[in-house]
Amino acid sequence: MQEHDMSWVRTEMALAQPAPPTERGAYAWVRKNLIGSVGDTILTVLGIAIVLWVLPQVINWAFINAQWIGPNRTVCATVAQGGIQPDGWSGACWAFVNAKFGQFMFGTYPVEERWRPILVAVLLVALLVPMLIPRVPRKGLNAILLFLVLPVVSFFLLSGGAFGLPVVETSRWGGLLVTLSLSFVGIAVSLPLGTVLALGRRSKMPIVKLLCVIFIETVRGIPLITVLFFASVMLPLFLPAGVTFDKFLRALIGVSLFAAAYMAEVVRGGLQAIPKGQYEGADSLGLGYWQKMGLIVLPQALKLVIPAIVNTFIGMFKDTSLVLIISIFDLLGVVKQNLSDANWATPQTAKSGLIFAAFVFWLFCFGMSRYSMYTERRLDTGYKR
Amino acid sequence: MASQEILREEPSRGSFVNDPKIRSIFFQTLVIVLLFGSVWWIVQNVIDNLARLHIASGFGFLRGRAGFDISDTPIAYTSDSTYGRAILVGLINTIIVAVAGVITATIIGFVIGIGRLSNNWLIRKICTVYVEIFRNIPPLLVIFFWYSGVLAVLPPPRESFHLPFGSFLNQRGFYFPRAIWGDGSWLIGVAFLVALAMAWFVAYRARQRQMATGQQFPVFWTSVALIVGLPVLAFLLAGMPLTFDLPKQSTFNLTGGFQVKPEFLSLYLALSCYTAAFIAEIVRAGIRGVSKGQTEAAGALGLRSGPILRLVVVPQAMRIVIPPMTSQYLNLTKNSSLAIAIGYPDLTATAGTVLNQTGQAVEGVFIMMIAYLVLSLVTSAVMNVVNARMALVER
Repeated sequence: MQEHDMSWVRTEMALAQPAPPTERGAYAWVRKNLIGSVGDTILTVLGIAIVLWVLPQVINWAFINAQWIGPNRTVCATVAQGGIQPDGWSGACWAFVNAKFGQFMFGTYPVEERWRPILVAVLLVALLVPMLIPRVPRKGLNAILLFLVLPVVSFFLLSGGAFGLPVVETSRWGGLLVTLSLSFVGIAVSLPLGTVLALGRRSKMPIVKLLCVIFIETVRGIPLITVLFFASVMLPLFLPAGVTFDKFLRALIGVSLFAAAYMAEVVRGGLQAIPKGQYEGADSLGLGYWQKMGLIVLPQALKLVIPAIVNTFIGMFKDTSLVLIISIFDLLGVVKQNLSDANWATPQTAKSGLIFAAFVFWLFCFGMSRYSMYTERRLDTGYKR
Repeated sequence: MASQEILREEPSRGSFVNDPKIRSIFFQTLVIVLLFGSVWWIVQNVIDNLARLHIASGFGFLRGRAGFDISDTPIAYTSDSTYGRAILVGLINTIIVAVAGVITATIIGFVIGIGRLSNNWLIRKICTVYVEIFRNIPPLLVIFFWYSGVLAVLPPPRESFHLPFGSFLNQRGFYFPRAIWGDGSWLIGVAFLVALAMAWFVAYRARQRQMATGQQFPVFWTSVALIVGLPVLAFLLAGMPLTFDLPKQSTFNLTGGFQVKPEFLSLYLALSCYTAAFIAEIVRAGIRGVSKGQTEAAGALGLRSGPILRLVVVPQAMRIVIPPMTSQYLNLTKNSSLAIAIGYPDLTATAGTVLNQTGQAVEGVFIMMIAYLVLSLVTSAVMNVVNARMALVER
């Protein structure tokens, strides 16, 4: 009986109490993330020391001491070096980038014709942006315009020779124009070619398979420079006497073949991840080989490997800088070429020019990688098992 | 019997056009004919072109006099040496920079990769910034940055930076004391080898004993004592046969010592920094790929945090890490061909010079391709052996 009297049953829920002050707010965050243990504290102190040592120097160099506008090297050189800056001055020479900006973008493309690359860039942006935004409709038409119509239009616009436009030799193309056109064509060619190679590698026909394996493994085993050498020195030997074709085109072929081999391996990974049931299902529906691949397998396989495809694109975008070895001047090549301009020779010039080029490359690559992460999240529709 | 025979036959396709076997044979024959046709066409063109340009063919040119100088020569080489030797020098230079780069990139990559998983917010962010910067710019740009942006603007030899241990840094490179081994120094090498063998033996016996009796033996410290102790002992016994050739500052230059040229230095630093960013991501993915249950189960078995990491987490992470790491090593080796842009005489640079001098493009490109393919295959083979030892042993 007494037990009954002493028992007590809670009739309403206890109110939630706020976390103790040591577990919330800025202090708890700092304690958890910065000074969790002795080792952590030492690391934090080290980290702060590194940041305090590097950051002010970088900001000083890149912004506070930097020279933005100037006619020649004097604004970026100290008195001892024949300039106007006080001794011991060290800052970025953005004036150099500013003065050479046109060249960095277009190379030696004639100044009065530069509206043509600009127009191509505007067209590219106008077609690319709706392509990248998932909500915009008519993706099929958009893709045809972007990957089939735009290259042709751009070719005529850039090289001229038709519609009353004066001819501009590809040897005068340069800068970001070359970087972007090489990588755009590389992307547009390498994905379909790589897909065909991947299908060939998984083909049941032994000879087709063998040829694809030999091509993929050879190209993947040698550096891009060797491929470019091959394209620039050997291709002319392969053709009958008198037939020559443009150096820029040869570089394009080299870059595209190189990227296609890597793309093939990426696509093969996707093909292997598709369960056998999908192939068998397509077979039992009576679909032929190309119907089976085009309608059932490839859409699923490519979707699975989008991040890896974008990684290959990023790699190719970076690799286009190597064409300067066979003296085609892309963005990096033009910057490098201008570093030897006596009019701008100061100790700061090289650093400033290269950091500018790095920044442009970084923007494109970082943009691509972020977009691929976004797509990955969007398409993540329960394929994870 | 007869009915079974009939059942086993392929169903009739109506027309042989639809028979997959015949179609497959037809397509493959077509491919072979096209391939041989184009190869024959190309070979004919090449023969015509070479005859027209009066270029010899065959590998006889390798025995010709090179006539050009190479700045970094790990083996004896003068301009009187043969073309073949020039290419060999290039190959050795490629291997040197690749091996040095692989080791450094692995160390930096592991540090950064583990840093990205740290509990410490600041360290995590610093490592993320490093990875995001280096992953997104071309390796050639990194090389140029080190070469023209950093090393070329160092002070001239007269105002060299003095670094510890009698080494110097200036725009002509990095100078450090060269060790000169005297008589009897072979004893040290022998002692080192003996120590290695003994350490292996100790580890083997300790393992056997632990399997049999459960008793542990401090293998690590014994091995360290053996590997450090025996060579030191040999060094003392041989009468300390070691002197140093210190770099000395004269009016215009540094003399003596060992000079690392800025070309090598910038290539090596750039490749290490660049590849380290990729290795860091691989290491991070590898460690995160080991499920938390593994750590907890090991804890439940009574292991402490050190052995958990060493015996449970790292071996499983290595399984995920090694295959992509192999391809990064291959990438580094291939990227070392960028040396040509700053004038470090690697394989591509020397073979390219030979190719230009002799005009024998076909043979030159062929040698380059074969050399890189062999390097890639050797690296893959070594890493496959490592991978096989790490791989999961299933039933």
